[in-house]
Amino acid sequence: MTASDTHRAIDAVWRMESARLIAGLARLVRDVGLAEDLAQDALVAALERWPETGIPDNPGAWLMATARHRALDGWRRNKMLDRKHAELGRELEARQEAAPDLDTALDDPVGDDLLRLIFTTCHPVLAPEARVALTLRLLGGLTTEEIARAFLVPVPTLAQRIVRAKRTLAEARVPFEVPRGAELAARLASVLEVIYLVFNEGYSATAGDDWTRPALCEDALRMGRVLAALAPRESEVHGLVALMEIQASRLRARTGRSGEPVLLLDQDRARWDWVLVGRGLAALERAEAMGVALGPYALQAAIAACHARARTADATDWARIAALYDALAQVMPSPVVELNRAVALSMAFGPAAGLAVVERLAAEPALRDYHLLPSVRADLLLRLGRGEEAREQFLRAASLTRNAREQALLLARAAATPG
Amino acid sequence: MRFMVIVKADRNSEAGVLPSTELLAQMGKYNEELVKAGIMLAGEGLQPSSRGARVRFSGSKRTVIDGPFAETKELIAGFWLWQVRSREEAIEWVKRMPNPMPGTESEVEIRQVFEAEDFGEQLTPELREQEERLRSGIEAQQKQR
Repeated sequence: MTASDTHRAIDAVWRMESARLIAGLARLVRDVGLAEDLAQDALVAALERWPETGIPDNPGAWLMATARHRALDGWRRNKMLDRKHAELGRELEARQEAAPDLDTALDDPVGDDLLRLIFTTCHPVLAPEARVALTLRLLGGLTTEEIARAFLVPVPTLAQRIVRAKRTLAEARVPFEVPRGAELAARLASVLEVIYLVFNEGYSATAGDDWTRPALCEDALRMGRVLAALAPRESEVHGLVALMEIQASRLRARTGRSGEPVLLLDQDRARWDWVLVGRGLAALERAEAMGVALGPYALQAAIAACHARARTADATDWARIAALYDALAQVMPSPVVELNRAVALSMAFGPAAGLAVVERLAAEPALRDYHLLPSVRADLLLRLGRGEEAREQFLRAASLTRNAREQALLLARAAATPG
Repeated sequence: MRFMVIVKADRNSEAGVLPSTELLAQMGKYNEELVKAGIMLAGEGLQPSSRGARVRFSGSKRTVIDGPFAETKELIAGFWLWQVRSREEAIEWVKRMPNPMPGTESEVEIRQVFEAEDFGEQLTPELREQEERLRSGIEAQQKQR
């Protein structure tokens, strides 16, 4: 093995072990920033030692033992600067005596430390962008450079964001724990939001050819699957995983040969990733099996699943999709959800059913400048033979969109509409 | 990126000898770790080639050949499909696997899955905007044309 081979292997080991390592250390030192520093020190030691000695049989345990020794050495050298450290140092030593097997600290069979780490990096005391950066760094094992590239921000900006996030957590004395009771639902929602944000950042990433952006989808999926294994009783966790798996299954099919977007109903379903479709449907079944009312992620997954189950676009169960949008509007009221429900209704029961909903939405201030509203309205009017009104709505939609290509399309439709 | 991890057959697997209870338990634990790490997409063990067949293609001719097949070491006894970040990560995971064929020399092969077409690099910022819109109104979008 050459030195660069070893470095690449160490890189891989770091990605596999760093989250558990940091989580285990954070439980001991009760500070994720310090835990990460210790873990990084251990990585530096590995980079020095392993090219000579080879990678140990249990690299995770080696890293943990090294990090713990560093922690103890540091405290001893500083002669226990303050009481908190002294206390922690004693505790650490006591644990070491009680459990001479160094693996024990890393031994986290149910993954509680990892779960604590996720809840900490997604803590609401942090701004959403800080949660995302810290989660990718500590949980996803990404480097600051990779995260910066993926989010198209300068490296120093992102490094600052992470430093500040760690400081905020320390200053707010955020406990390293899994929230309980009433707090759990809100905190879990924050965790799911962070993962879905990462996913969408990758899913919408079509600028540039940097692999780190689309790879965010894989990172988000991976974190979602990890979370599902850690919190298997949470319906919404499975719901989010299902939603991401099914959306990711269409990645290949949603762009054409020259890079143009291909809309869902026009996609070649043979190009969908059927492994991911299968996984998504299975995750949705798990979400449904929890016996609680479906939350927003599970409902969106259920809608995505309707498309995934249809062999052809014509076979889509629009009545079921309309019903699911209805349920989604109950738990997550939004004019955009309502507009989608209108489209589903029109597909299931004809244009008049959809138009009734759309016309109610026309008064909605949130949608005043949303070009899809007049665009959908125009289409329904056209199908009802009301050409003049349809043309008016096409023109309105054209005036609202900022996308030149789409504007041209809408103007062409207006021109072609018989009055 | 995805890798197919292929467990090659040995004379025992080809003879239909089932894995020991101990190996099954170890593999179960290993699979659980793969799931917990979020990398396992799929995985199956295969029956011996005596229960399989081959179809030989020669021009327009198709000839069916029943198993078993002779070249044991080239046969497949099982596979996984993993999603990992690098080839090195796949290798590290394979090194942690319990020996799938204890008692004989065997190999586990790691092969990367093609994904070249996944992400169009020709996409422009205008298209990106359109994509973002797509996410917020997939259904609404359907009706636009």
